[in-house]
Amino acid sequence: MTRRDAVIRRLQAIVPDEAILRQPEELKPYECDGLTAYRRVPWLVVLPEHEAQLVRILKLCRDEKLPLVVRGAGTGLSGGALPLEEGLLVSLARFDRILELDPVGRTARVQPGVRNLAISEAACPHGLYYAPDPSSQIACSIGGNVAENAGGIHCLKYGLTVHNVIGLRCLTLDGEAVTLGSAGLDGPGYDLLALVHGSEGLLAVVTEVTVRLLPLPGCTRTLLAAFPTVAAAADAVAAVIEAGLIPAAMEMMDRPAILAVEDYLQAGYPREAAALVICELDGPEAQVEAEAAAARCQFERLGAFRVQVARDEAERQRFWQGRKSAFPAIGRITPDYYCMDGTIPRHRVAEVLAGIARLADKYGLRVANVFHAGDGNLHPLIMYDAAAGELEKVEQLGREILDLCVRVGGTITGEHGVGVEKLDSMCRQFGAGELRLFHAVKRAFDPTGLLNPGKAVPTLARCAELGGMHVHRGRLPHPELARF
Amino acid sequence: MDLTEALQEQVSTAYRRGRPLRIVGGGSKAFYGRAVEGEVLALGGHRGIVAYQPSELVVTVRGGTPLAELEQVLAAEGQMLGFEPPHFGPATVGGAVAAGLSGPRRPFAGAVRDFVLGVKLLTGRGEVLSFGGQVMKNVAGFDLARVLAGSLGTLGVILEVSLKVLPRPPLEVTLRRRLPPAQALGAMAELMGRDLPLSGLAYDAPFLYLRLSGLPEVIEETASGLGAEYLPDNRFWLDLREQRLAFFTAGEESLWRLAWAPAAPNPDLPGRWLLDWGGAQRWLRTTAEPDAIFQAAAQAGGHATWFRGHGPADPVFQPLPPPLFKLHKALKEAFDPKRILNPGRMYEDL
Repeated sequence: MTRRDAVIRRLQAIVPDEAILRQPEELKPYECDGLTAYRRVPWLVVLPEHEAQLVRILKLCRDEKLPLVVRGAGTGLSGGALPLEEGLLVSLARFDRILELDPVGRTARVQPGVRNLAISEAACPHGLYYAPDPSSQIACSIGGNVAENAGGIHCLKYGLTVHNVIGLRCLTLDGEAVTLGSAGLDGPGYDLLALVHGSEGLLAVVTEVTVRLLPLPGCTRTLLAAFPTVAAAADAVAAVIEAGLIPAAMEMMDRPAILAVEDYLQAGYPREAAALVICELDGPEAQVEAEAAAARCQFERLGAFRVQVARDEAERQRFWQGRKSAFPAIGRITPDYYCMDGTIPRHRVAEVLAGIARLADKYGLRVANVFHAGDGNLHPLIMYDAAAGELEKVEQLGREILDLCVRVGGTITGEHGVGVEKLDSMCRQFGAGELRLFHAVKRAFDPTGLLNPGKAVPTLARCAELGGMHVHRGRLPHPELARF
Repeated sequence: MDLTEALQEQVSTAYRRGRPLRIVGGGSKAFYGRAVEGEVLALGGHRGIVAYQPSELVVTVRGGTPLAELEQVLAAEGQMLGFEPPHFGPATVGGAVAAGLSGPRRPFAGAVRDFVLGVKLLTGRGEVLSFGGQVMKNVAGFDLARVLAGSLGTLGVILEVSLKVLPRPPLEVTLRRRLPPAQALGAMAELMGRDLPLSGLAYDAPFLYLRLSGLPEVIEETASGLGAEYLPDNRFWLDLREQRLAFFTAGEESLWRLAWAPAAPNPDLPGRWLLDWGGAQRWLRTTAEPDAIFQAAAQAGGHATWFRGHGPADPVFQPLPPPLFKLHKALKEAFDPKRILNPGRMYEDL
C-alpha cells in the first residue's frame, strides 16, 4: 500500500469518503489559486466540515509528518495555496456558516469559508457592513482575507483586514484551539491576532473569525478627475491628503489602462487623459458635501482638465465599473497579463511609474497601471504572451519593478502576499537577521514546519544562491536606505 | 541623538552574560505591569524625529523621543496620533507603543497597533532588525512590527517606530447628557450603530459624554439631535485619558481595566464603574479579589488588567489558557532566548 493510500484510509475514519478527493479530475480544480502561472495537481484534497474533523486531520498530519496546505476560496494572487507534491490540501470551503451576527455589539462571528461580501449582505438589514473590500470580495473567503491581510479600495480610510477583525479561533498543529483577541477591542498578552493576519497559513489554522461591523455611511460622493500628466495626478492625490481629507477610496489609472477600459465598456473616461483619479468620500451628508468640494478644488488647482461628481448612484456605479473592470479589460487586449503588487511612499508615485515605463521598454513589454493611489499600493499589469515563452522575461521585469519599490522605501507586496511568487524578492527586502527571526517565529507556532511549507519566507540558502543577499558584517542589502 | 550602538552593546553584553535588563524610557508607566529586576537600559537619550512628511501621513521617530514633543510637531502640521495615547507623565514614544495603551478615540480611529507601520528593534540577542515599513500597506513577511505594540518590552527594544498619523479634525466639541447607569450601555450601543462624527463616547455617572469631531456645520447639525448640553471645552477627554477624573483619584480601591463586548452588561462585581470606548473598555474601582475579577472577565469573553494598586509580584494581566501561553513562551524564545528583556513584566515566566 502506498503512503497516499494509507493516508486515505486514515482520512476515511475522520471524514465521509466523498470529502476525500483523489481522482485526477477531482484534484485538477485545486492545482492553483488566483495566480495561475504556478500549478501543481494536489496529492490529495480533503474537505472537512467540522472543527473536530479538522483537529483529527491536523493530528494525522503531525503523526505522519505529512505537510499540509489550507485553502479557502482559492482567489489568492501569490500562489499561497499552491498544493504540495506529497501532502494534504485541506479546503475549508465547507466552513461556510455565519455563526452569530450581533447588531447591537456590531460584530459577526463567522467560519473561515464565508465569503467576504456575504458578511456585508447579512449585516445590511441592520444598517451595518464589513469594511474591507478586496476586488475579489464576491468570491474570496474571510479566512483567506485573514491569511493574506487582504486590503481593497476602501482601506485608505477603513484599514486592512487586521484592523477590522477582533477575534480569531485557531488550531495549532497540535490540534489545540486558541482564542486570539477578545469580545472587546483587544486581547490579553501578545498581539497574536495581528501576527496571524498576513501569515499566509504558516502559523495556525483559523476556524472562526469575529469581525467588527460598521454603520453604513449616510452619504457617498464619488469624483472622477482627469489629468494631463501622471505627475499632476500623483500630486493631486498628495494634495487631497495634505488638505486633511481621508477619502474612503482614492484610485488611479494610467493611459494604457484608461484606453483598455474605454475600448471594453465605454465608461465615459476621457481618452486623452494621461491619468485618472477616482476619489470617493463617505460619512454624514454635510461632511461629505464639504469634503467633495475641497477635493474638487485640489484636483482643479493641480491641473485636472475635467472633474466630474457622480450625479446619482447609476453614474457612481459607472465611474467604478471602469476601475473594477480594468483587469478584464486588459485581459481582452493581451493573451496573458501578470498583476504585480508593491507599495511605495505616495510622494514617489510619479517617479516610480516613470521608472516602470522605462523598465517595460527595456524588456519590450507593455505595462498598464491601475492602483490604490491613496495607499501608494501599485498594481502594474504586465501584458505578455505565455505561448510565445515570455513568462520568464515577465518575471524578471516583475522582480525589477519590486526592486524599484524597495529602493524608494516601499515594499514588495501591499496586499497579495509573498506566497511562492515573491520568495526571491523577499531576499531583496530583508536581511539575514530578519529572515532568521521569521523562521524562529514560524518554529514557535509550528515546530515541525508542516504548515504550508515553502511559502512566504525564503530559506537563507535560497537567498544566498540567488545572490540577492550580500550580508557583509551583518549589514543589510542597500544599507544606504533608511528602510524599515 | 542616535544611541543605537551603545544600546546594542549593552544588550549584547547582557545577552552574553545572561543578565536581565529593565527597559526605561520616560519612566511614566513604571506602575504598569509587574516589577522587573535588572540593570537599567535607558532609552531616554535615544531620541529625535527621523523622518516626517505630512503628506505621507507617516512619521518615523526614535523610541526615546518624548511623546509630548512628537505630538507638538504633529500639531504644528495639523496632524495627530489617532490612538490618542495616555502619557501618565513624561512618556516616550517607544514606551507608548510598548505599553500598547490607547485613549478615548480608539473605537473610532484605531488602537496603537493599528497605527504601527514599522519598527527597528533590538532583539534579546542584541541584533538590530527592521520589520514593516513606512508605507500604508505591507504584507511582506510576518507582521512583527505590530506584535511589538503592547509587548511591554519583553520581545524587543523599540529603537525606531514608524507611525501612521491622522489629520486633526477642524473642530471638536464635548457634549454631555444626564442618564441613569442602567441605560448607559444601551444608549452607547445605539449611538455607535449610527453614522455619526463621534470620536469619544464614555459614561461617568451620572453623565454620558460624547465627543464630536468634524466640520462645524456637521457638528452643529449632529449635536442638535442628541439632546445633550455643550461643555465649554474638551478637557474631559484629557482628564479621562490621563486618569485625573475623580473616579480615578478618589478612594483607595484598586483600579482595574476590563475589555469585552461593548454592549454586554457589567459583571456582578462590587465597586464603581466608568465606561469608555462606547462600553468596550471599562474601568472598575474595587476591593474584589483578583481571581474573581479575572474569572468574571473570562466568562464574559473578555479580559481584565489590574491597572493600579497591585504589588510588584501580583498577577496583573489576565491568566492565559495553557495552549495560548505556550505560544507566548515560544514567541519570547524566538525574540529573546535568554529572557533578558523585561523578564516577568507581563507574565511571571515570560
